[in-house]
Amino acid sequence: MAEHFDVLVVGAGPAGMAAAQTAATHGLRVGMIDAHAHPGGQVWRRDVRHGVPRTARQAIAALSTVEPLLQSTVLAVQARELLLETPHGSRHLQFDSLVLATGARELLLPFPGWTLPGVNGAGGLQALAKQGWPIAGKRVVVAGSGLLLLAAAATLRKHGARVLGIHEQAPAGAIAAFAWQLRHWPARMMQAVGLRARLAGIPYRTGSIVRAAEGARGLCSVVVEGPRGARRIDCDHLAIGYGLVPDTGLAQLAGCTMDRSGSHPVVAVDALLRTSVDGVYAAGEACGIGGLAAARVEGRIAGHMAAGALADASALLPEREHARQFARLLAHCFALSPRVRQLADANTIVCRCEDVRLGAIGAFDDARAARLATRCGMGACQGRICGTALAELGYFPRGGMRPPLFPARLATLASTGSHPFSNDNRGIST
Amino acid sequence: MSRPGTLRMYVNGQAVDVPEGASVAAAVACVTSGFRRSAGGARRAPLCGMGICFECRVRIDGVNQLRACMSPAVEGMRVDTDG
Repeated sequence: MAEHFDVLVVGAGPAGMAAAQTAATHGLRVGMIDAHAHPGGQVWRRDVRHGVPRTARQAIAALSTVEPLLQSTVLAVQARELLLETPHGSRHLQFDSLVLATGARELLLPFPGWTLPGVNGAGGLQALAKQGWPIAGKRVVVAGSGLLLLAAAATLRKHGARVLGIHEQAPAGAIAAFAWQLRHWPARMMQAVGLRARLAGIPYRTGSIVRAAEGARGLCSVVVEGPRGARRIDCDHLAIGYGLVPDTGLAQLAGCTMDRSGSHPVVAVDALLRTSVDGVYAAGEACGIGGLAAARVEGRIAGHMAAGALADASALLPEREHARQFARLLAHCFALSPRVRQLADANTIVCRCEDVRLGAIGAFDDARAARLATRCGMGACQGRICGTALAELGYFPRGGMRPPLFPARLATLASTGSHPFSNDNRGIST
Repeated sequence: MSRPGTLRMYVNGQAVDVPEGASVAAAVACVTSGFRRSAGGARRAPLCGMGICFECRVRIDGVNQLRACMSPAVEGMRVDTDG
C-alpha cells in the first residue's frame, strides 16, 4: 500500500531542505528523501569532529514539520509514485508534487594512475575526511579546478593533513579576472578572504595540471605540469576534481526533458522551475551548476511552486538571477583547458568498474555500442563515472537511465510485484 | 569496550576505533588502503566519497557489495575487504 504525500522532495542538500521547509509552511504533508543518514547534502555534510556550520544548523532546525525519509534511495518513479529502498525494506510513496533537488557530483576525469588507492575526488576526500577518514599528518596534493579545491583544502588542513599545494588548471589571467569580478558579490568576497586566511602558507598554482599519479600498491607521487615545466611531488593522497556535474538520473527516469546543449545533461526548467512533466519541479545544481546561494533560493521557489503559491515563488526571481550570474562567472573563469581532456592515453582505464581502457573505446561512436562490445559502463556505478568522463572528453554522451536507478536488493525488486516498472512504463504519465 | 565517543569495529579481524558518526570507509582506511579488487585484479579504494563510484564496496556483517562510504560505523561491526 502506498503512502500519500502532498509534496515529496528528493535530495536533502541546501536546495531540497529549502524546498521542503518552504512547502511545509503552506500546511502540506511534505517528505524529504535522501540516501544519507543526515540532511545537509554534500556542502553541509556533517563533520564527525567539527559538526555542521551555523547556517546549516539553522536550516536543519527549520525542518521540524517535514518528514525525513533518510538512508533511502529512490530506485524508480512512475505515475506520481516513487519506489524507495530503505534499510528496513522497500516503500512506495505517492505524491501530488515532486521536487527534484538531486544536486551534483564531481567531474572526475581519467589520467594515468588515477585508479591507484590514494587518488580521490577533491570533494571526495573532503567528504571522507569529514566522516573520520584518517588524514592527520598525511601529505595531500589538491588539484583540478574551481572553488571546491579551496574548500576541500581548508577541510583537509583542519583535519591535520599537510596540504602540499593547490593546483588549479585555469590560467592566472582567468583567476585574476574572477577575483576582480568578485567585488559585485560582497558576501562571496568575504568568504574568499576567509578561505584565503585558512589556507595561508599553502601554494596556489594556476595553469597547473596533474599529468599522472604513480605508485605500485598505492599512490606514491604525482607529476604536475605548470607554466614552468613538469615536476614530481611525493604524496600520500591526491584530491582531484574538475568541477561539478548535475545529477539528472532521476529527472531522466521521470521523463523530464533535458537541456543537452553542453557536455552533460541539465534538467530543463522554466523561470519558475517547472520541468516538462506536470507537477515535477527541479531546484539547485540539477538544473545547472549554480552553487549554494542559487540552490537555496531555487529550493524556496520550488517549494512555493509545489504548494501552488505562484506569487510567493515569483517574488524570489530577482534573487535567483543574482545568484545565477555568479554561477555564470564561475563557469567562464574556471572553464576547462583542452589539456585536461588529453591526459588519458590508450592504456588508461576509463571504466573503473569493468577495467576498460580508453584505447578499447575509440572505435565506437555511441555508449550502447561501446557497452555491448567492451562492457564499458555496465558495472556497479552504471556509467556514472566513465559515461560522464567520456562525454566530457568528447567521445559520446552517457547512455540513458533505466530503473533501478541504483543497484538494489532482490527483496526490494520483488516487492514491486504489483507495481511493475519496466522500461515500457517508466516516467510519469499525466 | 571502546572509549566514550568512539566505536570499536573489526576490519579483516583487526580491532579499530573510530569516532561516533564515522563511516565504515574511515574504519577500513585505518587498517588497509585496498578496499576491493577490480575486474583485472588491481587494488582499489574510494574515489568519489559520496556513493557514486562504488569503488569502496566491502562486506559488512556478512553482506557483500556494500558501499563503505555510505555505511555509518556501528559498534561491533565486522568488515571484510578483498583489497
